[in-house]
Amino acid sequence: MFRKLPDPAAPTVTVTIDGRAHTVAAHETAASAALLAGMGATRRSPVTGEPRAPFCMMGVCYECLMVIDDVPSRQACLVTVADGMRIDRQPGARALDFGGEDA
Amino acid sequence: MAEASYDFVVVGGGVVGASIGFGLARRGARVAILDQGDAALRSSRVNFGLVWLQSKGDGMPDYGRWTRRSADLWTGFAAELRELSGIDTEHEQNGGVSFCLGEAEFEQRRNTIQRMHNQVEPWVYETRMIDRKEVEALYPGVRFGPEMVGASFCPHDGVSNPLRLLQSLHGALKTIGVAYRPDAPATAIRRDGAGFAIDTPAGTFRAGKLVLAAGHATTKLAAPLGLEAPIVPERGQLVVTERVAPILPIPASGVRQTRDGTIMIGTTHEAAPDLTTRTTTGNMVHIAERAVQVLPDLARLRIVRSWLGLRVLSPDGFPVYMESETHPGAYVAICHSGNTLAAVHANDLAEAFLAHRLPERLDSFHPRRFHVSQAA
Ligand SMILES: Cc1cc2nc3c(=O)[nH]c(=O)nc-3n(C[C@H](O)[C@H](O)[C@H](O)COP(=O)(O)OP(=O)(O)OC[C@H]3O[C@@H](n4cnc5c(N)ncnc54)[C@H](O)[C@@H]3O)c2cc1C
Ligand code: FES
Repeated sequence: MFRKLPDPAAPTVTVTIDGRAHTVAAHETAASAALLAGMGATRRSPVTGEPRAPFCMMGVCYECLMVIDDVPSRQACLVTVADGMRIDRQPGARALDFGGEDA
Repeated sequence: MAEASYDFVVVGGGVVGASIGFGLARRGARVAILDQGDAALRSSRVNFGLVWLQSKGDGMPDYGRWTRRSADLWTGFAAELRELSGIDTEHEQNGGVSFCLGEAEFEQRRNTIQRMHNQVEPWVYETRMIDRKEVEALYPGVRFGPEMVGASFCPHDGVSNPLRLLQSLHGALKTIGVAYRPDAPATAIRRDGAGFAIDTPAGTFRAGKLVLAAGHATTKLAAPLGLEAPIVPERGQLVVTERVAPILPIPASGVRQTRDGTIMIGTTHEAAPDLTTRTTTGNMVHIAERAVQVLPDLARLRIVRSWLGLRVLSPDGFPVYMESETHPGAYVAICHSGNTLAAVHANDLAEAFLAHRLPERLDSFHPRRFHVSQAA
């Protein structure tokens, strides 16, 4: 569904999307990288459980919340990829596990 | 312009006016509710949502009794609204707490609760102090900060989603045939025979009786009709976190989790010399810090929204209800805690306004209590 315009000269980084390594252009966001990797639904709504995916790609709709480097509820469309970044689906509302480290 | 005539015109379509209008219409009156449009100052849209007894009535026992009456009526009220509007107000009444940080605060709270108990019949508040262990039992699995030594707990306290409440009220008003006119704010009100004529940009409305429940705008509308509605506006700011899986089963004053998972943290109490609604970071940091002292893990959550609301507060914080002596049939209703009181407004207060004279049990709420020099 998503196709990148060819840009052979763009520098790349390697990220882990849903547990698998992908090489992506360094200017991608976590959201665009996930879409290009064919992830489809990137989260489930914490209210209805419906599958959702990035929509506005500019920070206003909050549809793109994902777990990035183990931090839940990040707006993936506002996060530029970095080498070694882990990008995971968010399954519903994040859990607030008591006793975790304060970030 | 066409002139419309009603038994009652209610000026103001926030939770107070809507509840009263609903109660009047349910009892057979033909009612119109005049309101401003979407951009109006409307406390009913910005509040914390508690249906709350444990802090009410210190210094005015009748307010404690009135609030308890409303808490008792709320479940039936919510069911009635759901049936008529198809909208769930998300009302729950499983008790509520007020957390205490440190022994000194706990003792102070204990004294306040005791003092409030001493002013009323024992059944009214039924609020008691609980220690940290008992608090933990109410919130299974939750980690509290070391300073949280205990809380006051009231079994009658609860919560409802304030936006759903307002939406549900308006849905129900439509179902039962109340004319709701957000295009027709009152600009002038006159005596008209035995009733009243209310001028609006959408024409003149005529009514046998009149209720002013226009929040912050009530004071000005009231004066020419021999009514008083003294208001000392107060700012309240709150912050809302991202959604998380359910962790807080019952509400606390200052921190509660909504059905959708967000955690609301509130609220500041600040003087409001003007009616601006601009937020200020410093005060929000203060309430967030307190919430984190109670629940340290909140610090890891993202804040997604914040806002400021203006409380419709009388000088002593208690409601004001009165009928005009110079213009009988004209009433004022202003209060803080319009959600809490919505059920009693839709029942007992509506009945009082339908009656020939206000019942004695409403005497305490008359604004003559502010006439200090006359009382002395
Ligand atoms: C931060 C905050 C937290 C709160 N938390 C709680 C809580 O937890 N529980 C609780 O019970 N209460 C709470 N409250 C209080 C509650 O919000 C108010 O008591 C309630 O909203 C007051 O409702 P109202 O209808 O009197 O006023 P409003 O909601 O302000 O409505 C007044 C209405 O009158 C209309 N109006 C004005 N002028 C005219 C005119 N000339 N003609 C026609 N219409 C007019 C306005 O457009 C508006 O619709 C809180 C308030 C604040 C600010
Ligand atoms: S896609 Fe809309 S906020 Fe990220």
